[in-house]
Amino acid sequence: MSPDRAQLTPVARRTRIPLSALAAASLGLVVLALVLVFYVAPNDANQGFSQRIFYFHVSIAITAYACFGLGAWKAFLHLWKRDPRADLESYVAIHQGVIFGSLVLITGSIWAKISWGHWWLWSEDQLVLFLVLFLFYAAYFMLRFSVDPGPQRENLSAVYALFGVVLIPVSFMAIRLAKQAIHPVVFTRHGPQFGGWILVTYCVAQIAMLVLAYTLYRVELAGKRIDVRLRELREVLA
Amino acid sequence: MNYLRDVGTLARKDLLLELRARDTLPAMLLFVVATFVVFHFALPAGSSDLAASGLLWVAIVFTALLGLGRAFVPEREQRVLDGLVLAPCDRSAIWLGKGIATLAFLGAAEVVALPVFALFFHGLSAATVAAVVLADLGICAVGTFLGAMAVATRARDLLLPLLFLPLAIPIVIGGVGASVVDSPGRYLAFLALYDAVFVLVCWASFEYVVTE
Repeated sequence: MSPDRAQLTPVARRTRIPLSALAAASLGLVVLALVLVFYVAPNDANQGFSQRIFYFHVSIAITAYACFGLGAWKAFLHLWKRDPRADLESYVAIHQGVIFGSLVLITGSIWAKISWGHWWLWSEDQLVLFLVLFLFYAAYFMLRFSVDPGPQRENLSAVYALFGVVLIPVSFMAIRLAKQAIHPVVFTRHGPQFGGWILVTYCVAQIAMLVLAYTLYRVELAGKRIDVRLRELREVLA
Repeated sequence: MNYLRDVGTLARKDLLLELRARDTLPAMLLFVVATFVVFHFALPAGSSDLAASGLLWVAIVFTALLGLGRAFVPEREQRVLDGLVLAPCDRSAIWLGKGIATLAFLGAAEVVALPVFALFFHGLSAATVAAVVLADLGICAVGTFLGAMAVATRARDLLLPLLFLPLAIPIVIGGVGASVVDSPGRYLAFLALYDAVFVLVCWASFEYVVTE
């Protein structure tokens, strides 16, 4: 290995599920989830057909949290172990989290419109929390792309990503508190009675979304790594 | 003890600079009073007092932003930060010293702003004052931290409000809650919890903001 090559960032970890298998698995699971949601799961007694969006809304929300958590974990690894791959992984995880977070806002908004007649409800904790998180993580991108690539950008991004996991529970508490004094509860959600096909459908939808997110994470990561690699090769050759 | 002395020296440096140049505090005072006048006209006649209580928190957050935006300007212009990072002191002392100085400016601005608010709108309860004190701690801890981050970027002043406001939402919720309800204990406790959590996080991670 020449000394120049030794400086290049490592391309990928070795022990990994192949991307094609992941893609096939996520396609299969998403199709299975769609079939279960639309044909197998029973209609909700109160909300009827429209309640079926619950399976996607909730599983996407959990997936978004998982992405933010993964991003923070990778950020922590960057600060703690100085893992050279962690910075890019943290960024990609947060990027996926923001994409899924936007989907939570969209599906939540559709559900609110159909169930309660409004596109936006301040009384829905999760929806408001995702709006706060969306603003927070949108600023993450502003921060990241306002610093030149290098150790400083990696550190600032990592610290801000760690702030995110602290903000999630703090904001959630705050929003719960706000509802008591500032915005009275207007609607209460009918709690789903878990059991039978509802539970099975929900679990399949949840796994499908998680696998889909992981696949997208891997695809984006592969693309970004090739990008970095190409730039480094150009610099070496120049 | 050495740590506290470093923090004290850094905070005194900022206060001395402000005493000689006077560029932050008068601006904050003028801004907060001007904001109150704007709010008076923004509230239609017959609005409840509760609405004014909510706007007080908007004024506090934006006044703090004005001060925080200036906080690291001397460091940037004179390249002091590089020197401080090289100095043989704990890096978190830089954050703590700056945080104490900003807290002093914000506190001084509020000593004038709160009576003016009481004069223009309505009297303030003890709970509101307690909430302002608790909120100031959180605002200065998080704001100073993000100010140091923003100053390292190309966008600088543009970035600070974007980074700060999502993190300030819980403070506003706690503050407004404490000002408008009859038993504000839970909101004050929440503000104290916010302060404790974020002071700890900022203190532990500041080193990574200023070093590579």
